[in-house]
Amino acid sequence: MSIKVENLTKIYGKQKAVNNLSFEINSGEIVGFLGPNGAGKTTTMKILTCYIPPSAGRAFVNSMNVEEESIAVRKQIGYLPEHNPLYMDMYVKEYLQFVASCYDIKNKTKRVEDMIGLTGLQIEKNKKIGQLSKGYRQRVGLAQAMIHNPSVLILDEPTSGLDPNQIVEIRNLIKAIGQDKTVMLSTHIMQEVEAMCSRIMIINKGEIVANGSASELKLNQSNQVVVVVTFSQKVQNNAALNALGKVNQLDEKTFEIKSNLLEKDLKAAVFQFAVDNQLVIEELNTKNNSLEDIFKKVTQ
Amino acid sequence: MLSIYLKEIRSFLSSLIAIIVIVVFLIANGLYIWVFKETNILDYGYANIDPLFELAPIIFIFLISAITMRSFSEEKKTGTFETLTTKPISDMAIILGKFFAAITVVLFSILPTLLYYYTVKELALPKGNLDTGAIMGSYLGLIFLAAGYVSIGIFSSIITDNQIVSFIVSMFLCFFIYLSFDYLNSFSLFKSNYFSVEWLGINFHYRNISRGVVDTRNIIYFLSLIIIFISLTKIKFNSRKW
Repeated sequence: MSIKVENLTKIYGKQKAVNNLSFEINSGEIVGFLGPNGAGKTTTMKILTCYIPPSAGRAFVNSMNVEEESIAVRKQIGYLPEHNPLYMDMYVKEYLQFVASCYDIKNKTKRVEDMIGLTGLQIEKNKKIGQLSKGYRQRVGLAQAMIHNPSVLILDEPTSGLDPNQIVEIRNLIKAIGQDKTVMLSTHIMQEVEAMCSRIMIINKGEIVANGSASELKLNQSNQVVVVVTFSQKVQNNAALNALGKVNQLDEKTFEIKSNLLEKDLKAAVFQFAVDNQLVIEELNTKNNSLEDIFKKVTQ
Repeated sequence: MLSIYLKEIRSFLSSLIAIIVIVVFLIANGLYIWVFKETNILDYGYANIDPLFELAPIIFIFLISAITMRSFSEEKKTGTFETLTTKPISDMAIILGKFFAAITVVLFSILPTLLYYYTVKELALPKGNLDTGAIMGSYLGLIFLAAGYVSIGIFSSIITDNQIVSFIVSMFLCFFIYLSFDYLNSFSLFKSNYFSVEWLGINFHYRNISRGVVDTRNIIYFLSLIIIFISLTKIKFNSRKW
């Protein structure tokens, strides 16, 4: 068990940021931590990284209590905080050397060079951090989080504010490095968790509202298949169409059909209906139960 | 602690703060001691460098506040405080790293004034005739005083994330602790046969050490001052955990 959280509660003044949260993350997992703004994601991460203590409950990283063995826990964790704070007037190399000197790393110079190579900072390594673009700063942030080869990586919104190309690059980077590590990352981009994470946890108002892999979550939410079909002409034989399932007419030629059939059976039935009634299908789409829908459903 | 210390020294050098502090300190003292008509040693005619030790504590109020004002407030403002405190370094190591880095800068500003000592020594009649003991005592006192100021400055820096606020608070506290107890001492209310309020002030102990008599009471005073403000800093450092 890489990360274990038991009945974690954090109260700021009167506001409950995290409410009796419990979960476990196995080593080697990449877990996406989702939730609306203010759901308690960042607070949970701050507790795990020993920045703030919980009001109640316990948290363990590699079976070490974050409060009692704080220094030992910090050695095991690589942390990229939200907004990626860096020293703007330091040079990239200088900064990484400083971070390396905070840990017991044997060959610091080599390790810094390795991280620069791994995160693609080769061209920018002699610049000041303040001169870098946001994408490169994010790489510096990731490099400093991973320089001591931690077994647990905690990344708070690693791709926020990046352009689509940079997002893909950073994503691939995390995926490549995260192969033999436990990664916990928070994000607001649903495609990202689908692309990267082996498991998704959605929290709302400090409590877990969904937990499982993307396909599991989709399956749990509904076992109905929904297709949207557009015919080229007006449909005359409405009765036959209604027999396929629950039909909802969107406009003159477009229908939404909900059915308990399997997806391919339903599509076959729609084709058969078109052939029987001498209609031409212009468009036929399966409406997926997307993660966005699930997210909306469980957090509202 | 060493990693923080080196990082601070680098940032003092790269942001030119260290250079500016050293240059300003030396120019101000140089003018006061060698050029200005009222105070220069050449006209004064006595072989000592007392004007340096009169002026330095006042200049240090400004300069040390300037050196220390960003040490924690900037980290808090930019958020690097969070990265720093999630590294496996103890809180005390971070505070002491910053403390000693600031003291190092101050020491490097004091160091060139040894040239003044050498100059006066060469000019003295007969050559070399000056009270070396008192001067070395004064240097020791000045270093203790500077260390006290640095601890005050570090504390002022951690209570706010605004550098200007930190600078003003630090100047006020330094000034207050340096001089105000002397003035308060002139009220008989604060005086008795057993206790004098000026004992609380830096100036009293600084002057005592300057005479060249290193009394443990004075040393203990400075050490207590430093320990008190470093402890206050440590308490405030953990305030995020309250």
